[in-house]
Amino acid sequence: MSAVATAPSAIHSGNRIYRSRKRVNFVLLAISGLALAFGLFWLAWILGTLLYEGGNALARATLYYQMTPPPGGDGGLANAIGGSLVMVAVGTLFGTPVGILAGTYLAEYGRRGWLAGATRFLNDVLLSAPSIVMGLFVYSVYVAKVGHFSAWAGSLSLALLVIPVVVRTTDDMLKLVPNTLREATVALGCPAWKMVVSVTYRAARTGILTGILLAIARISGETAPLLFTALNNQFWSNNMNAPMANLPVVIFQFAMSPYEDWHRLAWGGAALITLTVLVLNIIARALFRKSD
Amino acid sequence: MEAASSAATARPSIHTAMRESRVPESAAPSELKAKLRINKLNFYYGGFHALKNVTMDIPERKVTAFIGPSGCGKSTLLRTFNRMYSLYPEQRAEGEILMDGENLVTTKQDVSLIRAKIGMVFQKPTPFPMSIYDNIAFGVRLFEDLSKREMDERVEWALGRAAIWSEVKDKLQQSGQSLSGGQQQRLCIARGIAIKPEVLLLDEPCSALDPISTAKVEELIHELKTDYTVVIVTHNMQQAARVSDYTAYMYLGELIEYDVTDTIFIKPKKAATEDYITGRFG
Repeated sequence: MSAVATAPSAIHSGNRIYRSRKRVNFVLLAISGLALAFGLFWLAWILGTLLYEGGNALARATLYYQMTPPPGGDGGLANAIGGSLVMVAVGTLFGTPVGILAGTYLAEYGRRGWLAGATRFLNDVLLSAPSIVMGLFVYSVYVAKVGHFSAWAGSLSLALLVIPVVVRTTDDMLKLVPNTLREATVALGCPAWKMVVSVTYRAARTGILTGILLAIARISGETAPLLFTALNNQFWSNNMNAPMANLPVVIFQFAMSPYEDWHRLAWGGAALITLTVLVLNIIARALFRKSD
Repeated sequence: MEAASSAATARPSIHTAMRESRVPESAAPSELKAKLRINKLNFYYGGFHALKNVTMDIPERKVTAFIGPSGCGKSTLLRTFNRMYSLYPEQRAEGEILMDGENLVTTKQDVSLIRAKIGMVFQKPTPFPMSIYDNIAFGVRLFEDLSKREMDERVEWALGRAAIWSEVKDKLQQSGQSLSGGQQQRLCIARGIAIKPEVLLLDEPCSALDPISTAKVEELIHELKTDYTVVIVTHNMQQAARVSDYTAYMYLGELIEYDVTDTIFIKPKKAATEDYITGRFG
């Protein structure tokens, strides 16, 4: 006992264990700092190129009200912007309710049995499935059957991309709601469905809304699912049953072309999508922060 | 060593103070009209046997306290009364909990009705993500269709009984989550009594509260027993002594001793109870 009591304290700045821990800390900090700089470098380059090449096109008002031009002609992206807005909106409108309800099942009702576990697993597979798979799927079950491309088919494939994102975020956000809140609600004699609608949805609403915004951000840049479903249209179309122009496919087509002015429009479209996604992400973050 | 001996002397002094101030004269719990009759109740968390053959009567319009060390099953017992366990598939109960002749464990009655009759307040305050007014009105609307004026009256009545009306009457539309911890807990108590249950279960309602809020809640419990049967789980033995008429001491899932509170605290029949009360065990 006395030996322990009389020994000098080990806590001083020359301590060997302490100093080696400081060294490790410094090295790891330097490595992660370099990794951060590496990642940001490419990101800044991509964004910079996009704004440099697309900035001029973005600044021209004709981009927003003229139709896509034939090669060599003057024009804008109005039909593609409109088509993208319509199909993203319809896809979100169909995908979101399904996603929220399925996510609710997983988090609130699926505690018993194997169904919820299996669904969650399959949903995660869908979440990481390449979007071209969705496009091909809708092509084979819908487009090939009716015999023509259409905006409905495009919206459908976008909805299929929305669903797994919304299912996942709804499930996650509802699981963050503490069980004590559920217990307190049912302790008043509240039936389960009313507890979900009035209390847990409320508690998780900003998280769920964030998930929807992120899903919209994701589908607004998808090319592959639209290439096989909505295809493209040189003109403005209000017919959901016919091919419809959309930004990603126009960008794809124009960027592959040999024409200078098509290239400019493609850059403009790409910058437009990127900025839209950026704005959506900022809104989602702001919403999420406000809730804390 | 020194600290231990001072604690040993401190505890009996509380003990003696109580002996002087209160003389046991109440009837034993079995002699009163029982609100809940628990008979050979067993409870399991999966394979873990958490309550073993518990048999006891909870008297009507009295305060009954459950005490015992952590993990002894007191909260588990409380949570069987409103079937809270049926939220979780791996938990199950066997035996009888009779209320008005109906066995709550096996009844075909909708569990929502049972829970509406047996209110509960939890350890942590659980305000709903809505206004103070709606926190109270939410539960009332589940079973009653009141006019705006009647609802206003009910909300004021409940908040008044929970001793929080004067603090919130000017901000009823603010979020319930904006209140302090002590106020939130009293809001939850108000929410519980607003639907006018018959029994009120309190699961360590003061463990997250400061002494002033605790005193308010304890005062409230005293008043509540004129209308409600109150059952409280507490870690704090002084609190059990202060607020309850009857006390049950539990250990490792068994009911060791159950009697008039003064008897439990002054001359318990079992040595195990006395060891726990006096702090020799623990």
